[in-house]
Amino acid sequence: MAHEFLLILLVALPFAGSVVAAFLPANARNAEAWLAGAVAVAGMVAALLLWPAAAEGGVVRFAAAWLPLPGADFSLRMDGFAWMFALLVTGIGALVVLYARYYMSPQDPVPRFFSFLLAFMGSMLGLVLSGNLIQLVFFWELTSLFSFLLIGYWHHQQAARDGARLALTLTALGGLALFGAAVLIGRAVGSYDLGEVLAAGDLIRSHRWYLPILVLVLAGAFTKSAQFPFHFWLPQAMAAPTPVSAYLHSATMVKAGVFLLARLWPVLAGTDVWFWTVGGTGLVTLLLGGWCAIFQQDLKGLLAYSTISNLGLITLLLGLNSPLAAVAAVFHIMNHATFKASLFMAAGIIDHEAGTRDIRRLSGLYRLMPYTATLAMVAAAAMAGVPLLNGFISKEMFFTEAIRATTPVPAFGEVLPYIAVVASAFTVAYSLRFIHGAFFGPPPHDLPRTPHEPPRWMRFPVDVLVLVCLLVGVLPALTLGRILDAAARSILGASTPVYDLAVWHGFNRAVLMSLVALAGGALLYRLLSRYLATSPDGPPLLRNIDGRRVFERILVTLSWRWARSAEALMGTHRLQWQLRALVAVALVVAFAPLARGLALLPVAATAPDPALALVWLVGGGCALGAAWQAKYHRLAALILMGGAGLATALTFMWFSAPDLALTQILVEVVTTVLMLLGLRWLPKRFERIDGSATPRARARRGFDLVLAVAGGTGVAALAWSVLTRPPPDTIANFFLTRALPEGGGRNVVNVILVDFRGFDTLGEISVLGAVAITVFALLRRFRPAPESIDVPEQQRIQNAYDEAHPGRQVGDSRDKYLAVPAVLMRWMFPPMMAMALYLFLRGHDLPGGGFVAGLMVAIALIVQYMGGGIRWVETRLRVHPLRWMGFGLLLAFATGAGAWLAGYPFLTSHLFEPALPGIGRVPLASALFFDLGVFALVVGATTLILIALAHQSLRGPRPPRFGTEGA
Amino acid sequence: MELVLTIAIGVLTGSGIWLLLRPRTFQVIIGLSLLSYAVNLFIFAMGRLAVDVAPVLEDGTGNSDPLPQALVLTAIVIGFATTALFLVVLLANRGFSGTDHVDGREPPP
Repeated sequence: MAHEFLLILLVALPFAGSVVAAFLPANARNAEAWLAGAVAVAGMVAALLLWPAAAEGGVVRFAAAWLPLPGADFSLRMDGFAWMFALLVTGIGALVVLYARYYMSPQDPVPRFFSFLLAFMGSMLGLVLSGNLIQLVFFWELTSLFSFLLIGYWHHQQAARDGARLALTLTALGGLALFGAAVLIGRAVGSYDLGEVLAAGDLIRSHRWYLPILVLVLAGAFTKSAQFPFHFWLPQAMAAPTPVSAYLHSATMVKAGVFLLARLWPVLAGTDVWFWTVGGTGLVTLLLGGWCAIFQQDLKGLLAYSTISNLGLITLLLGLNSPLAAVAAVFHIMNHATFKASLFMAAGIIDHEAGTRDIRRLSGLYRLMPYTATLAMVAAAAMAGVPLLNGFISKEMFFTEAIRATTPVPAFGEVLPYIAVVASAFTVAYSLRFIHGAFFGPPPHDLPRTPHEPPRWMRFPVDVLVLVCLLVGVLPALTLGRILDAAARSILGASTPVYDLAVWHGFNRAVLMSLVALAGGALLYRLLSRYLATSPDGPPLLRNIDGRRVFERILVTLSWRWARSAEALMGTHRLQWQLRALVAVALVVAFAPLARGLALLPVAATAPDPALALVWLVGGGCALGAAWQAKYHRLAALILMGGAGLATALTFMWFSAPDLALTQILVEVVTTVLMLLGLRWLPKRFERIDGSATPRARARRGFDLVLAVAGGTGVAALAWSVLTRPPPDTIANFFLTRALPEGGGRNVVNVILVDFRGFDTLGEISVLGAVAITVFALLRRFRPAPESIDVPEQQRIQNAYDEAHPGRQVGDSRDKYLAVPAVLMRWMFPPMMAMALYLFLRGHDLPGGGFVAGLMVAIALIVQYMGGGIRWVETRLRVHPLRWMGFGLLLAFATGAGAWLAGYPFLTSHLFEPALPGIGRVPLASALFFDLGVFALVVGATTLILIALAHQSLRGPRPPRFGTEGA
Repeated sequence: MELVLTIAIGVLTGSGIWLLLRPRTFQVIIGLSLLSYAVNLFIFAMGRLAVDVAPVLEDGTGNSDPLPQALVLTAIVIGFATTALFLVVLLANRGFSGTDHVDGREPPP
């Protein structure tokens, strides 16, 4: 139980710390560092406390249900290998935090830095402690994300942004591949649980998905660990603050790739494919990284390529398919983390104190900062593999393995030791360059700052790490022996080989190789030093082959050039063509099933009624007329459209749907008024009768006509084929039988709307309200076209008449315009309101309801506006549409929520029979209040839309403000 | 009966599609309205045609199918909302761009 708690703490604490760190003040460097340091140290303590359980092949587990359906639980799992990583992540994390406290300048916004750093630490811990593959991929992606944020910390710098984006693009792509691999493995094994997967090595190796799984896993691991050909993101990531580089590129981020390879080693390794892909990639990366590192002029660039090279070495060791080589790989993971972190920190100190990292400008710093120089020298010697330092031991193991390696092709095995020596000589050369270039030679001149020793506590992390390098180098078995044993045992299990961690195994071939490599590296550096003193950045032969540029070109081609071509080829900005394509596609898609349905053609049609035929003779004529006239005679088209609408309403009436007929006819009125209000703001258009349409325009119209006729015929055929066959069993009976007992109403349509499907209606009135507010907002910013601003022609004639006649005021004619209808309209107001009340109250049992009643009220109001004018109405009656809408929506929600009080689901309705004074007992449903909400919202929304549009006419007569005369 | 309604739906749809493909915004809005009539009638007809049937529950008589009616009632109201929105958008567009062409600019001659 205590172990589980520690495990959760280990992962959760950094994330919690991250949140806290984000909210500290911007200049709280000390508080941030204390917080982050405490989190890291607490994590380390938790890891140390877990040691007894994780050592000796033990496993600590914690599991909680997470995604039960795909079979992935949230589970944490710590064995020796995961423990080793947890210690590295927290231990080096604590040192990096201390270092960062002094490295970050007071101007840097530190909360962001420490928050990201802690979140990254948590992600990394989550990754190494993941107990199932899906979760592992999740944390893997989190590390990509937070490393992106960390690398791009100084986002005002172009290089930081580019480097961060490149790192994210590559590692996230790799993460995607890894996700594919995880799913495949999960499907192949039947479980995502890491323990079960690790036990299923034989199954996976012989599975037909082995190759796809391997390719996807390697795509993830190689991108993360910067293996060739994906290595180029790592040098670009050096734009990050140095503490980030020291953390991400020594112990954490890039180690995640080799962590995964080692983790899945028992499952995937052991095949020839593994040897060639993993071993081959490692070898190429080892050599390439070493070669490139020699020629870097930037200290951090040198370390970046050296990191690539070292990761290549670890990958190569894992690829050799030998348990001893795997042990060497694990050992080197630890050693590399310690010496590389200290070297990055040393490079950061030089940069911090001298103001530059350019090796060509630096020299003789030993005189100015002897202590730091000594530390850096020891660390670089460890990197070069000088005896009595930890790098030497892992290098010895590498040489031994290179000699003993059994390769699928024997000739390759013969060459491998020589390649190992060459690669090692490269390491010696660039280590020498780092030390000699920075610390020796003539005193520096012309540096941005005068270098001196850094603050004591900034150097302290380097002290600790170099001390570890020394201790491990001198007493390997005593210091790291048990940790390495636990880690190796948890990877290799029973096949863990017997090995001897000792400094001296006698004078054997490996020692000879070491000596040759040291001498060769020194010689190489001696030969190249003159060239390097002035050469540009990058190795001579490979300088022009820039992986980053190739990658960016691919990205540009894919995401920009091809996208543009595709758009140019297939896209259009013309709405008409898009609509034509839509209609045409709909026609084609609908044709196949329609043709099949028509083939049956049962004839169960009833004889046409002449009266209805007459209605549609008019209605159809109206529709065709509207289509004909909509361009040049908008008013006529609008009236004709209304005719078609009336025919529709009559049809609803005809076929026993009075509710629909009522709604249709009222909506028709509102729509017509609305469009009439809009007509004024459209441009005048006069019919051209010269017939000057071009042949192309004629062809387009012909095509449209074909589409229209085909579409109309198709829909008609569809309707015909449905109508002439007997109806299937519908769910109508469900509603018919339950409407009265459960909904308390005889008008089933209304009961469906306010009760059975009340939630739909709630959504619908919300949409209506949103539309009304959108219309209102759009019209507030409405700018009419210049030629529409003028007073309408009719009013101009009226005003001219008033001016021409003495005794008349301008505006008299306009005010008295339509005086008789206006009086009638005024008188109509009370009957219309009474009608609305009537429709509303009877809605539950007879045709009517909230919708219809709301529309009726809106019409009654707009009729007053039409008869009396805006000012006349608004001096007498202020409508507050927003209040209506708010009240309606609230009431509808409240009625729905009222059901909760009684313990029922949202919108359950309740029937009761209150006794009203003077009327007696009245059967009521709580849905009535819901319907009242609908009513209020419809009133508010409709009047808001209509009044907002009507108010635009007040804009028109406004005198021109900017003195444009004669407008 | 079915034939009349079928032809009505066809004519409404055809006129609607024709107007939908026209270049002027007012034509498109009229077209959309005609299309929505057609679609509403079509959905309504899916409940089959019932002449002289009680629209509300009465003892001892059959009923018309209430479900398509409820659907269409919703559709009519929402159709009004979209028409209103489209109208205002086209007015605003005409104010901003100075043209009532659907592309927001006059086509090249």
